Amino acid sequence: MEKVIDMKDENDAINPQRRAFLGVAAGVTAAVTVAPGVLLHTVDAAPRAEPVTSDVRWGLLIDTAKCVDGCSACVDACHHENGLNLQTMPAEQAVKKWETQKPAWVRKVKLQDNQTGRMTTLPLMCQHCDDPPCVDVCPTGASFKRADGIVMVDRHLCIGCRYCMMACPYKARSFIHSDVHGQLTSVPRGKGCVESCNLCVQRRDFGQESTACVDACAAEGHHAIVFGDLKDPDSTICKLLNEMPSRQLREDLVLNTGVRYSGV
Amino acid sequence: MAKSVLTVGLVALGLVWALAQTAQADDMKRYVVAGSQAAKLESCVEPTELMRRQHMEFIKHQRIATVHEGIRIEKYSLSGCVDCHISYNAEQIPQPINQADQFCGACHAFAAVNLNCFDCHAAVPNGTPLNAAAMAAHDAAGVAAQVQSSRDGKGH
Repeated sequence: MEKVIDMKDENDAINPQRRAFLGVAAGVTAAVTVAPGVLLHTVDAAPRAEPVTSDVRWGLLIDTAKCVDGCSACVDACHHENGLNLQTMPAEQAVKKWETQKPAWVRKVKLQDNQTGRMTTLPLMCQHCDDPPCVDVCPTGASFKRADGIVMVDRHLCIGCRYCMMACPYKARSFIHSDVHGQLTSVPRGKGCVESCNLCVQRRDFGQESTACVDACAAEGHHAIVFGDLKDPDSTICKLLNEMPSRQLREDLVLNTGVRYSGV
Repeated sequence: MAKSVLTVGLVALGLVWALAQTAQADDMKRYVVAGSQAAKLESCVEPTELMRRQHMEFIKHQRIATVHEGIRIEKYSLSGCVDCHISYNAEQIPQPINQADQFCGACHAFAAVNLNCFDCHAAVPNGTPLNAAAMAAHDAAGVAAQVQSSRDGKGH
C-alpha cells in the first residue's frame, strides 16, 4: 500500500545525490548541443541494469499553439521507430476497414470550437495515466504501469480481449488483426495483441534522452512536444509546466495523465 | 566368413557414424555467426546440455525482468539467440532463424514443438542493434545494419 502512495506522490523527498547526478547530466547534454535545435545523440549509452523505479515519471507536454496543421512528422517518426511503417494491408481486408483499424500509436487530431470556429490540431497518444483505466480492466495483467509511469502491454500475457481499448477514454490503443512480418528487433509485435505508445521504452532503457516524436517535431523546427521527468522540478518539462497553463485531456476523469496539453 | 562380414559391417557403420558426426559439426558451425560472441565460446550462456533442455525457462524468466522492470543486460536474451545463431545465404541475406532448416526451426521441427517466439519477435537482426558486439560481427559478415526480414519462416 505504501508503495502505491509513493508512486502517486510527485513531491517525493529530494535526493541530493540524484540532483547532483542530474546536474552533471544536464551539463553533458549542453556540451553535445552543437547549435540551437541540433543535438548529437549518444546512442551507445549503457543498457539499463537496475529495475526501473518510481523516482522518475516520464511524461510529455504538448504545446498545441506550436503544432502545425497538416504536419505529420511525429506520426511518421513513431511509425518508423516502432516498425509500424512495415505493416501492409492484408489482401483480404477492405481498404476502409484497414484505414480505420490499422495500428497507430499516435494520431493527429483536429478540434474545432463550434462557437468560435477556432481550430486546434494536436497529436494524441497514450496519455500514460497515473490511474490507467486500461490496467483496471485487464483480466490477465498484461496491461500494466511500469514504475517509471509508462503504461504498456506485456504481449506475452495479452489475450487480445480488447477490454482496454474499450476502457481507454483517449482511443489510444490499437489491435493487430493479422500476421506481422519484418518486425524490428527492439519492438516485437504480433497478431492478436493490443498495443499503444510506450514513450519509446526501448530508448528509455538504453539511456537515450527523448522520444522519436519529440526528435521529429524538433527536426521540423516546431518544438511542440517536450519529453521529460515530471518528478524532477529542474527538468525542462517541469519548468514549462510551471510557467504555462496546461491541461489534461478529460481531466474530469481524474486520471492524472502523464501527457499534458497547453492551448486546448 | 560371417565374422568378417560382421567386422566389415561394423567398421562401415563406424565410418558412417563418424562422417555423420563431422557433417553435423560442420552444420552446427553454420549456425554460429563467425566473429560473434558465440563463435568465441565453448558453449552458449549455459552448458550446451542445459541450454538444450532449459532455454525456454531461461528466456521466460528474463522476459519478465525486461518487460516489467526494464532490465536490458540479462544473461539470457532472445535477440541474443538470433544475433549469434542466425545464418546467411550466398547473397548475405540473413535467413529467418525459425525456418525449418535454421538453428531454432530445425530443432523445433524435429522435436515437434511449436515455436511462437517469432510470431512477434524479429527472426533476423533488424533495425537498431541491441548489442554492439553482435552488430560488429554482423558488419564483419558483410551485412548492412538495416535488413528487412521477409517471411517469418512459417510452415514447419
